[in-house]
Amino acid sequence: MASETSTVTSEPPATAVVAVGSLNFNDTELTLRLPGESRKSGEKRRFSGMIDLKLGGNDRSDTECSVVKKSTPSKERVVGWPPVRSYRKNMMKKDCKYVKVAVDGAPYLRKVDLELYSGYQQLLCAFEDLFSCFTIRNVLKEMKLMDPVNGTEYVPTYEDKDGDWMLVGDVPWKMFVESCKRIRLMKNSEAINGSELLKKC
Amino acid sequence: MPTMDPNRKKSKPVDLVDSVDSRVELTESTRSCPFPDEVLERVLSLIDSHKDRSSVSLVCKDWYNAERWSRRHVFIGNCYSVSPEIVAARFPRIRSVTLKGKPRFSDFNLVPEDWGADVHPWLSVFSSAYPFLEELRLKRMAVSDESLEFLATSFHGFKALSLLSCDGFSTDGLKAIASHCKNLTELDIQENGIDDLGGHWLSCFPESQTSLEVLNFASLNSEVSFDALEKLVSRCKSLRVLKLNRNISLDQLQKLLLHCPQLMELGTGTFMQELISGPVTEFKNMFSNCRKLVTVSGLWDATPLYLPVIYPVCASLTFLNLSYATLQSSELANLLFHCRSLRRLWLLDTVGDKGLEAVGSCCPLLEELRVFPADPFDQEIFLGVTESGFVSVSRGCPKLRHVLYFCRQMTNAAVATIARNCPDFTHFRLCIMNPGQPDYLTKEPMDEAFGAIVKTCTKLQRLAVSGLLTDRTFEYIGQHAKNMETLSVAFAGNSDLGMECVLKGCPKLRKLEIRDCPFGNAALLSGLTKYESMRSLWMSACNVTMNACRMLAKEKPRLNVEVMRDEEGSDDSQAHKVYVYRSVAGPRRDAPPFVLTL
Repeated sequence: MASETSTVTSEPPATAVVAVGSLNFNDTELTLRLPGESRKSGEKRRFSGMIDLKLGGNDRSDTECSVVKKSTPSKERVVGWPPVRSYRKNMMKKDCKYVKVAVDGAPYLRKVDLELYSGYQQLLCAFEDLFSCFTIRNVLKEMKLMDPVNGTEYVPTYEDKDGDWMLVGDVPWKMFVESCKRIRLMKNSEAINGSELLKKC
Repeated sequence: MPTMDPNRKKSKPVDLVDSVDSRVELTESTRSCPFPDEVLERVLSLIDSHKDRSSVSLVCKDWYNAERWSRRHVFIGNCYSVSPEIVAARFPRIRSVTLKGKPRFSDFNLVPEDWGADVHPWLSVFSSAYPFLEELRLKRMAVSDESLEFLATSFHGFKALSLLSCDGFSTDGLKAIASHCKNLTELDIQENGIDDLGGHWLSCFPESQTSLEVLNFASLNSEVSFDALEKLVSRCKSLRVLKLNRNISLDQLQKLLLHCPQLMELGTGTFMQELISGPVTEFKNMFSNCRKLVTVSGLWDATPLYLPVIYPVCASLTFLNLSYATLQSSELANLLFHCRSLRRLWLLDTVGDKGLEAVGSCCPLLEELRVFPADPFDQEIFLGVTESGFVSVSRGCPKLRHVLYFCRQMTNAAVATIARNCPDFTHFRLCIMNPGQPDYLTKEPMDEAFGAIVKTCTKLQRLAVSGLLTDRTFEYIGQHAKNMETLSVAFAGNSDLGMECVLKGCPKLRKLEIRDCPFGNAALLSGLTKYESMRSLWMSACNVTMNACRMLAKEKPRLNVEVMRDEEGSDDSQAHKVYVYRSVAGPRRDAPPFVLTL
C-alpha cells in the first residue's frame, strides 16, 4: 500500500499542483476587529497582524508529532471484516475534512484531512512534513513555523465558516475542525533577524 | 524467441499443464485437417473467449499452433501460475494482456505489504517479446513509477492502461504515461493504493493527444488543472468514458459537458454547489445534449436540490452508480422514478428498505444490484437495509442475476422468497455484517437460506456466504451448486466435513477463499486431487498445520503451497495463512521472507 504521507522530493515546488487560480487571495484581506467581540456563541478573535498573538488553545492534548487516526470506540473490530475495500472505506469516512493549505510565496497548494489529527501540535507536524522546509517554533506559546534557511516565520491562519481569517490555535480543536474552510501560512513580517524583509520564491 | 518469420509454423509447442503432447498422438499420415493453416488461423482469430481458445488448442497440434499464432489477447488470472517467458514463448503475437496478482483477500488487508505480484518482470519480457503491445489491464498487482515509466517508453504503440486495486505507484508514474504514450486511448485508474502527489499529471498530456476514449481518474484526490482538462476533453472527439474526481465542481462539469456530447459514461465530480441564491436553474440544461449517456457515477455529496439535474438523462441510463452518494429513501425514489431502463444499480444502504422498495417498483429490467454499507463499523447508529428491502427488490426485479448485499439482519424465510422470485442468480453475495449471526427471528443458523439459493438457482457461478452457518450449508452447496466457480466463506462451518463437501461436490470450483473457519488438515487434504483443476485456494485463520501443508506440497509438485507467517511467529506448527495455486512456473523466485513455499 502507498504510504500515508506524500514523499517530498528535492525538486522545487513548481512540479507540484499549481492551482493558485482557484484560490482568490483577495479574499484574504485582513480586517480589524475589537478583541473580544464575537458573533456567535464561543469566543472568536480574528487574526490581526497588530494584536499580540497569544494562543488560548486548551485542546492540545498531546505533543507527539505522529499522525493518529481516529477510530470509533465501538466493538472490537476484526481485520478485513466486513469485506469492504480500503478505497471505499476511506471515501466513506465520516467527516472527511479536507482543507487546502496555502503558503505565502509558494506557488502550490497542499491539502490536509483535518480529521486525521486530534490536536494542533499534530497539525503543525503535518505542515512540517508537507512543506519540508519548515520547523515548528513555539515561542511564548505562539504557534509558528519557521524556515531555518532564511529565518522567515510563518503564522498559520485559517478562514472560517463566516469568511473571517482567524489565527490557528485560538479555539478548541474540534471547533476549529468544524469551522475551518482553508488554511494559509502567512508570512510574519517580523522575521527572526528582524532587519531584513525576506521574500520567498 | 519466435520471430515474425512466415516460416515459423513448425516450432514446437511449449510443455504446459494442459499440454497437447500428453493427450494427442496425431502423426502426419493421420492428419485430416483440410484447411490451409492460414485459413484455420483466420477462423480461429474470430474466437474471443479465452476458455474457448483453451479448448481449441487441445484438439490437435495444428489447431494448437493456429490458436497460439492467432491469439491477440491473453488473460492470466494468477500471475504466478505461469511465467512471462512461458507466455511469450507460446503466444508470439499478443497485443493485449490482462494480469491479476494478489489473492482477493488482499483487498481486505489480509495480505501483508511486499507480498509480491510485481509487474516489472512481465514488462521486461514483454518489451522484447511484444514491442507492439497495446493494452495492459492489471488487477491487484504491485506497480512502481519506474515500471510505468518503462511501460510508457518501451511500447510505442501503447494504447490502453487499466489499473484496478494496484499499489506502489504515484501520480508521477501517471505523468510518464500521459507524456509518452502518443496513441493513448484509455487511462483507467481505479481504487488503487496510490501516492497522490498532486494533479499535475493531467497537464502532461501533450496538445497532440487527441485519441483518448476512456479517462477515469475518479479515485484520485488531488485537483487537476481544469484548464488542461477542459482543453483535453475538447480535443478528444472520441471520448466516450469520462470519470472525474471529487474536486471537479458542478459548474466545471457543465463546461466539460459542452465539449463532449458524445459521452456514454460519465462520473461526475461534486454534485452540489455552496451558493445560496437560485443555483439549480443554471444547471437545468446541463445534460440536455448528452443523448448517448448510459452510465452515470460519482454524484458525490448530491443533495435533493441538485439531483433533478440528471433527470433528463435518466430514461436511457442502464447503469447508475450511487454508491458514493449518501441518498435517503425519498431522494432515491424520486430519482428512480425516471430510471426505468436500469440494468445495473449500485447503492449505499442509507437509502434503507424504503429506498429498495422504490427499486422494486421502478426498475423491472434490473439485473445487477449492489448495496454497500455507508458505515460498516458503526452498528449503533444506523440500521441500513434489512431482509425486507431485499425481498421488495426481488419481487419487482425478477431478472436479477448479480447481487452484492450488505446488511445487519437476515432471515432464512426471506432468502428463500428471494430465491423463488429470482431463480436466475449467477452471482449471489450476501454479507451479514456481524460474524456468525443467526436468523434474527428464529435464531436458527442461516443454512436454509443458502440451501434455498443453491437448490433454486442452478446457474449460480459465484457465492459468498455469511451469518451463522453449520456444515449443513456446505452439504447443500456440495449437493446442488454444480455450476459454482467461486466460493467465499468466513466465520462459518463446524468441522472438516463442511469443506470436504464443497471440494467433493462442486465440479466447476475454481476459486475457494476461506477465513476464520474450523476447517483443518483433513479438509485441506481432501482436496488433494482437486486443487490442480482450480486456480487457487486461500485459507486463513483455520485449523491447518504446517505438516499438512508440507504433505500437500510433497504430493502435488505442480501446486505451489505457500504459507504466510504471522508477525508474532507465535505458533510455528500452525499455518496461519495458506495460499495454494497451480503453476507451471514452479515456486516463486521473488517470495519475501514471510512467505514460505513448501
